[in-house]
Amino acid sequence: MASIRENLQALRLPDFCNLGTWLRVLLAVNAMALAAAGLLAGRFEQWLLQFSMTAVYVEPTTLLSLVVLYASQRWLARLPGVLAGMLVVLVAVGAGSFCAALIAPLDPEGGGRSWLWSALVAAVLLAWFDLAVRARSPAVTEAKMMALTARIRPHFLFNSLNAVLGVMRSDPRRAEAALEELSELFRVLMRDNRELVPLSEEIALARQYVELERLRLGDRLSVRWDVEACPPDALVPPLMLQPLLENAVYHGVEPLPAGEVVVRLARQDDRVLIELTNPCPPQAIASSGNHMALANIRERLLLFFDIEATLEAEQAAGRYRVAIRLPYRRRNVL
Amino acid sequence: MTAALRVMVVDDEAPARTRLRDLLGDLASALPTQIVVEASDGVDALEKLEAAEIDVALIDIRMPRMDGIELARQLGRQRPAPAVIFVTAYDQYAVKAFELSALDYLLKPVRASRLAEALRKARQAPATTEAIDRAAEQIAPGGRRHLRCSERGKVLLVPIAEILYLKAEMKYVTARTGEREFLLEESLAQLETEYGERFLRIHRNCLVARSAIAGFVREHESSDTDSEGHWLLLLRDSTERLAVSRRQWPQVKAAMEG
Repeated sequence: MASIRENLQALRLPDFCNLGTWLRVLLAVNAMALAAAGLLAGRFEQWLLQFSMTAVYVEPTTLLSLVVLYASQRWLARLPGVLAGMLVVLVAVGAGSFCAALIAPLDPEGGGRSWLWSALVAAVLLAWFDLAVRARSPAVTEAKMMALTARIRPHFLFNSLNAVLGVMRSDPRRAEAALEELSELFRVLMRDNRELVPLSEEIALARQYVELERLRLGDRLSVRWDVEACPPDALVPPLMLQPLLENAVYHGVEPLPAGEVVVRLARQDDRVLIELTNPCPPQAIASSGNHMALANIRERLLLFFDIEATLEAEQAAGRYRVAIRLPYRRRNVL
Repeated sequence: MTAALRVMVVDDEAPARTRLRDLLGDLASALPTQIVVEASDGVDALEKLEAAEIDVALIDIRMPRMDGIELARQLGRQRPAPAVIFVTAYDQYAVKAFELSALDYLLKPVRASRLAEALRKARQAPATTEAIDRAAEQIAPGGRRHLRCSERGKVLLVPIAEILYLKAEMKYVTARTGEREFLLEESLAQLETEYGERFLRIHRNCLVARSAIAGFVREHESSDTDSEGHWLLLLRDSTERLAVSRRQWPQVKAAMEG
């Protein structure tokens, strides 16, 4: 994640490993080709014809450039911004010339100066991505991130403190343990939560949270962990699992005499699945609190993973289900 | 020295009940109290109250089965009605409603001094049923969700949503659901004010759930087919027919057409 500490002046390259970048590049390039075709055609009837002729050059050049950039992403990322930018333009020029050379036997008249067009388009796109990143970052993204960092419900805090006071006299050790868990939870809440963290940390935190809730709710709360197929090293946004669990307990267990929350964490090929289900109390009043928490997580997923992460929430067969799918990333690969 | 205040503590969380018990114990020398009932939710509380009498109820708001707001509404209809003090961890919405209605409430974690103050206030000037209903209406509009009925020392709760009609007979009001009838100790007039939206008066002695009305048929006196006769109401999911009084017919007709 970008941070304030980074140099503001450096050119920022987009993440070529991100599907969102690919989509944006393809859309922008085609929009530019369409506009250029319009200018060249002059007449409306010839517009599409002109565009299809341009597309013969544009599409392979764009795709080839993206593939090369995808392959060299890690290497490019280590270079200073401006130099990397120049290399990106060079890649586009190379791809443009290469494709033009391939197509030349079929279309002797076309393809002139395609290297120049490639360079221009690549430069414009780089500038655009840089601007887009700047527009929401670093200060804006940082502020957004801070504001979005999950907050523990005051309801939970005050109820937990009350419960600790309740067991203080009869079971001082339980009270001690609860205060330790509570401070651990708040330490995590108050730290700098802008970096992805290993899933194992999130699980440990969530388990502590469940212990605290058990103090209040006793046997009414049961949590089933299905984490056999879970990669502990997967990187996930911090403080995502705990708020999801808190939601499940608040809406799905507290209004019932007893309830079970099922947490399933699994790797599915190159994706990580985080799934929670909880009972739906019959008179569940659709409270805005739940949507707030989900909207918050959705936005943070967007900031961390762009469009590569998804969040779905549904109600089926008397249970409420939230499923998050993220790309499987590990620290050493990133 | 006054007699010990009889207290009921209602909270679904055991440690929260323990906390209140400890605090009441600490306050005992200055303010003698006796915990008569400890309950884990509204239904539990009402059941235990069949065999006990209390002066003050300390009630948590969020509870399974029956929440504190509904319980307070039910207690307000009891004679004598106990003083109600709400206890909540954090519920800005409810707290605002309490303040607007000048109702006393305690915040968790509960402090001994605040608890003592609230108990003294409750003894001297308990909140009125109207004030409690007003606050409850803001937090959970639509009146009570259940009507309460005692049968051989057991509390039965009749969900309002399942009642087809309410009928006054002699001293009692009966509530008819799809399954059976329940005897209530409330007046039809009171019920009409509380649930005017849901029920329609079709006769001096009868209120019908608007959602249960299937239609009307006109019944003629067997001997005289020329007379106007009178209207009978048909119920959904029931073969029973209810008489609509001549006096109520215009209103009933207007309500069904509107």
